[in-house]
Amino acid sequence: MKKYLFYPGCSLQRNARAYLDSTMTIRDDINIVLEEIQDWNCCGATEYKSVYRVPSHALVGRNLALAEQQIDGADTLVASCSACYLNLVKTESHMRHSARLESQVNRALAAGGLHYTPGALQVRHLLDIIFNDVGLDIIREKVVRPLTGLRVAPYYGCMIVRPDPDNRYGNPEYPVALDQLLKALGAEVIYFPQKTHCCSGHMTQVSPEVAYELIRRLISAADQFEADLMATLCPMCQLNLDAYQADTNRYFKTEYHMPVLYFTQLMGLAFGYDANELGIGKEFVDAREALAKIGVEVPIEEEQPKRRTRRRAKKEGLPMPKMPEEEVK
Amino acid sequence: MSAGIQFDSLGAPANFFEEVMLATPGDTRLQMCIQCGTCAGSCPSGEDMQHSPRQLFAMIRAGMREEVLNSTTPWYCVSCYFCTVRCPQDVSITGIMYTLKSMAIKAGKYEKKKAGADLSQSFVNFVENYGRSFELGLATRNFLQHSPVELFRMATMGLGMLSRERLDLTPDKIKNIDQLQAILNKAKEIEGVAA
Repeated sequence: MKKYLFYPGCSLQRNARAYLDSTMTIRDDINIVLEEIQDWNCCGATEYKSVYRVPSHALVGRNLALAEQQIDGADTLVASCSACYLNLVKTESHMRHSARLESQVNRALAAGGLHYTPGALQVRHLLDIIFNDVGLDIIREKVVRPLTGLRVAPYYGCMIVRPDPDNRYGNPEYPVALDQLLKALGAEVIYFPQKTHCCSGHMTQVSPEVAYELIRRLISAADQFEADLMATLCPMCQLNLDAYQADTNRYFKTEYHMPVLYFTQLMGLAFGYDANELGIGKEFVDAREALAKIGVEVPIEEEQPKRRTRRRAKKEGLPMPKMPEEEVK
Repeated sequence: MSAGIQFDSLGAPANFFEEVMLATPGDTRLQMCIQCGTCAGSCPSGEDMQHSPRQLFAMIRAGMREEVLNSTTPWYCVSCYFCTVRCPQDVSITGIMYTLKSMAIKAGKYEKKKAGADLSQSFVNFVENYGRSFELGLATRNFLQHSPVELFRMATMGLGMLSRERLDLTPDKIKNIDQLQAILNKAKEIEGVAA
């Protein structure tokens, strides 16, 4: 069992509860202990730093300072949400590289009796922990229900791989960790050139028509490559692609039906857990039909929206050439 | 002090270009921009922007303060960082977009993209009062302010979120909110803005 400090973030409390629940369900299988930071606050998302600079780092600095107090042998701080992860990484890294910002943030923290020592913590994303620390060998050992025949689009989004100040992912545009993890679960990982394209972030609130176009690009690409579902690792990506898919369809008069699940939910399924232990069923775009391919039944809750039949968007243009098998180590 | 920034005799940034660099954490390398346009070509929302990032950087260099702070461009930035990682000169483009948003808010120059500025401000208010974000409050306030006709569509989605237990009706509050507020007030004082 390896212990990590854990920053869940606001989304995982409610809208992305399924991400938290599925992570907690599988944690024993992959031998990790996640110790929550006591009384953590919001990371500020992309909004706080659009208004203030020093306060946005002080906001994140409080979380780093609280985490430092809890180190006790575990100096890795894990976040599951890509926006939380990036905000923590950025403040940590800026404080390490800029004496001016370090002094400004620590002066502000002192007003609350706190202090953060730059470099005290390693900030990492949950995918990084599972891929690099746990490793694919352990994961393969735990698979009792391989995701054989399930075609999955590996979707990373932006903030986990870009700007990546500590260079953890190596490739800011075409990472492969999630691809390899999903393959280890037995899934058929599709070629997905849009894997690190943007889900539109907060644009669903600010300029919906811009958001719909970015969502359409991702959903239509996954559909074109005949994915059964998309695997994601960020609550914002999941929310935009899932909850706004119906609006996007209405806007473009399309009929895409592309379920979007968290990679931890797919790990849980492969490890043999039931759908309801992994928060499956809380998504807007029904994953039932896709999961039936691997023999998983999702219990129907009362007042669930009516089951929609899968209808593909009309294929247009010339047929796509078959892509060569992706070469990954 | 940040590398390479020119100050006037009173210690203030010498011009708008220096001011933007100083207000962005880390070394922006904005002075290294070679106007190649890789940023504009990499931007997923570029076609909706009033000026491409490349144009905006030339305008900053030309000292076009009013035009830059009034531009819709930073408000269309989705923070995907494609420009930042592709820039051959390592200019921290996304970071500069955040700087321009906060400078526009401080200067009251965001009328053209009020929805973006208001969303950020509402988010800040929830965080400062509760220590956590509050999706229902944010979305409701945003739609009431900017597109009441869309409220029905939003309400439909809200009910969908509620029935899936994906939405809280009340915000969570952290225990030590006083400590957070003391820290943020001090940080605002350091930044030179009213707490």
